[in-house]
Amino acid sequence: MSDTPLLTIAERPASPPSARDFRSDQEVRWCPGCGDYAILAAVQGFLPELGLRRENIVFVSGIGCSSRFPYYLDTYGMHSIHGRAPAIATGLAVSRPDLSVWVVTGDGDALSIGGNHLIHALRRNVNLKILLFNNRIYGLTKGQYSPTSETGKITKSTPEGSLDHPFNPVSLALGAEAGFVARTLDSDRKHLTSVLRAAAAHEGTALVEIYQNCNIFNDGAFERLKAPGTRDEHVLRLEHGAPMRYGPAGVRTVVRDPGGGLRPGAADDAAVVHDAHTSDPVPAFALSRLPEAGGPTPIGVFRSVRRPTYDGAVAEQGRRVRAARGPGSVADLLGGGDTWTVPAPFGSEAR
Amino acid sequence: MSQRVTSVSRVVIRFAGDSGDGMQLVGDRFTAQSTLFGNDVSTFPDFPAEIRAPGGTLPGVSAFQIQFADHSVSTPGDAADVLVAMNPAALRANLGGLPRGADVIVDTDEFTGRNLVKAGYPAGVSPLADGSLAGYRVHAVALTALTVGALRSFDLPRRDAERGRNMFALGLLSWMYHRPTEATVAFLREKFARRPELAAANVAAFTAGWNYGETTESFGGGYRVASAPREPGRYRTITGNRALAYGLIAAADRAGLPLFLGSYPITPASDILHELSRQRHFGVTTFQAEDEIAGIGAALGASFGGSLGVTTTSGPGLALKSETIGLAVSLELPLVIVDVQRGGPSTGLPTKTEQSDLLQALYGRNGESPVPVLAASSPGDCFGAAVEAVRIAVTYRTPVVLLSDGYLANGSEPWRVPEVDELPVIAPAFATGPNAVDADGTPCFQPYLRDPDTLARPWAVPGTPGLEHRVGGLEKADRTGEISYDAANHDHMVRTRRAKVDRIARGLPPLVVDDPGGRAEVLVLGWGSTAGPIAAACTEVRAAGGAVARAHLRHLDPFPADLGELLGRYRRVLVPEMNLGQLAGLLRARYPVDVESLTQVRGMPFKVAELRTAIEKVAADV
Ligand code: SF4
Repeated sequence: MSDTPLLTIAERPASPPSARDFRSDQEVRWCPGCGDYAILAAVQGFLPELGLRRENIVFVSGIGCSSRFPYYLDTYGMHSIHGRAPAIATGLAVSRPDLSVWVVTGDGDALSIGGNHLIHALRRNVNLKILLFNNRIYGLTKGQYSPTSETGKITKSTPEGSLDHPFNPVSLALGAEAGFVARTLDSDRKHLTSVLRAAAAHEGTALVEIYQNCNIFNDGAFERLKAPGTRDEHVLRLEHGAPMRYGPAGVRTVVRDPGGGLRPGAADDAAVVHDAHTSDPVPAFALSRLPEAGGPTPIGVFRSVRRPTYDGAVAEQGRRVRAARGPGSVADLLGGGDTWTVPAPFGSEAR
Repeated sequence: MSQRVTSVSRVVIRFAGDSGDGMQLVGDRFTAQSTLFGNDVSTFPDFPAEIRAPGGTLPGVSAFQIQFADHSVSTPGDAADVLVAMNPAALRANLGGLPRGADVIVDTDEFTGRNLVKAGYPAGVSPLADGSLAGYRVHAVALTALTVGALRSFDLPRRDAERGRNMFALGLLSWMYHRPTEATVAFLREKFARRPELAAANVAAFTAGWNYGETTESFGGGYRVASAPREPGRYRTITGNRALAYGLIAAADRAGLPLFLGSYPITPASDILHELSRQRHFGVTTFQAEDEIAGIGAALGASFGGSLGVTTTSGPGLALKSETIGLAVSLELPLVIVDVQRGGPSTGLPTKTEQSDLLQALYGRNGESPVPVLAASSPGDCFGAAVEAVRIAVTYRTPVVLLSDGYLANGSEPWRVPEVDELPVIAPAFATGPNAVDADGTPCFQPYLRDPDTLARPWAVPGTPGLEHRVGGLEKADRTGEISYDAANHDHMVRTRRAKVDRIARGLPPLVVDDPGGRAEVLVLGWGSTAGPIAAACTEVRAAGGAVARAHLRHLDPFPADLGELLGRYRRVLVPEMNLGQLAGLLRARYPVDVESLTQVRGMPFKVAELRTAIEKVAADV
């Protein structure tokens, strides 16, 4: 078998593509007003920045409203089955390290039916960019509570209020050894684009939680974080190396809690400086729990730490074995081990 | 040596001991020696599901049966001529099936009061002393003591020295049957290359066993089993799992595709994962996934990217993969799903064999979801069946289920090593450019425009400029592949996917019928691993003057085009299966033939004698 990869890595495009080049001819079929439109526009606007040709980009999705995403991008794409996109994308990314592979998923797809695949993709650190649209509800099945819905949520399947305790996707990802974890908002195109940029630049699995409004079944779930009157009070914009301040004119601070976590501090307290690159996942985890401690909701990059990628390690191991053993010979493989020969009978033609 | 050597034409030996006694290794080595000598062989490892059941108990007994002969054999034999029992439990567990007159070799050192009780004998009773072995030729050998004595010059802890008794037993049996020993000596030196003192001790125990046979009077001059005539060629012994792994590698090589295995460990399929993991230099990537679903998901993702995606499993795992197989049917991408069947339902009998996943493989999915299904018929045939599965998957852009089973997976037989150029050429024929024109005349790519012959769709892999397209599990419009909920289109697509699988039959060779006299009125039709027992039973029926025809199915969907006509030629059709009649039911539904079903689900292959009786009964009734 030849030593060269099956497909040569395609070169960079001669003329830079535009957002229009990434738009497919399919009619977009989300509900009018759905937050998915804004995310789609932001992604289409961002993809030219990757500097890759369309044919070298693949979007893989599962099932749910968000998972229709690949149909609307003129790249290669697969709309797969519920929860399995990270597994499918893992096989693709490992076997084709020359591709840029993106996973689009939702809170039900990624955290309920597909929870196992998500945590294992993060642990392995396969070169995948996972965009998790979190609207805290099941949209496509028409309004049941999801694993990120708040306890007590009244939905069609929980008329008396849900009893489940929700996942915090950022905490979950950090617990699953994720090297890159970020959160952003569907409506803040600039912030969303900056997070996509950071995720794309990260080598390995990047998990981006995107708070997405489902205006049909869970309208206004993130309104506090978006409305001009409340957002400053409730959003902490993370910046690596910057002190964690929020509130109108940045008057509020985030400080260390003696119990080990983080909590809101007083205006004149020394704010903790955000370090997204520390190898210790504890600060990022504490940050992910800040709202539970009465603090604001952080958006931005919680953690961005490099460690060897799984697909890189697979390729490297393959190269090492081939260097040591040479390319395989099927004839030698089949005829290996203890063999014996039965001669042709005397006088007959030898094979 | 003046002792007389007795010539026999075939022998069945059953090596039995505790799971930790190394009986599988002894069996493997005896097999290798016998094939190198030129006998035909067929083997059957029979071990418990527990890794180490409590020592000395009945559930902990592990056995290895081998039949070797001066003629062609296709089964490991119904009953043993020689039982080697390393402890009381091994004797008790295997005495039931042993015909009177058989040789029984026991390690007397193990027949202590405690071990007898552990094996379930009443206190104070030893089968060596109570006359219950009357009618057997019992060879009471102090195997442990003799081994420890032979290894006295080695500076080994007593426990390690005792462990050499399996090699002593192998040496003794090798002497009894005049087996060549060089390969085993070389094997031991290589196996213990890092611990030369252990290598030397094992060789010494092996040699001591041989010498014991030669000096003791108890075994006469031993036996001679002449070599079996064979087609000229180069041979090796191979297990089904290894042959299957080699078939995948060879076929991927023929197709020029990198092989990607996504798999989750499961008995009895894991050895395929192990074998492929050792062959990275062939461009093989093995991915041990987090679960069965991820295993097939990753394989399908790799197929989308232009690799040959493969997943390996057993029945419970196949159940978990159903939804992804359905997606592969809808995506129409090459994918090979290997199911090494075991006893079911549920966890069932993990280490025992059965053929009860046929209907699951054919129908275990939602919707009309046709998947080609093939089955291997012998350990060596797992190679050819794997090549055929890859050929169909790649040529027709379809998932293919390849059925093996526990008996084939672990059993072994001599296998003629094929020349690489005997293997079929497999052409992936990736799409490289537009295949249609738009309404306005511009060239475009239609991912579901089909090849008129095979009905296969183009395989356009990411990285190919201009062919960007989206696929998914939603119903697709004919040709363009866009999402379509149109009723007429759905009807057309459902029928087309079925028709594509049916097209495979056009390229299949005619069925081979084995009916030497040409006058049989009874046909025995089998599939999968029943091939060996059926062939042996038919040979016996004919040797007794009867007439019977035999045919065997490799393709279960689609059936070969000439199957209906073949069934119609016989007055009676008997279908033996290790399930409750799954193929028989399919045949009755499909063809106007009243097939008769012969079934057993005991976790073991059919006994030749049972099959022979059943065939003769049907034949007598024609
Ligand atoms: S149901 Fe909600 S998430 Fe789904 S498309 Fe409509 S608004 Fe968007």
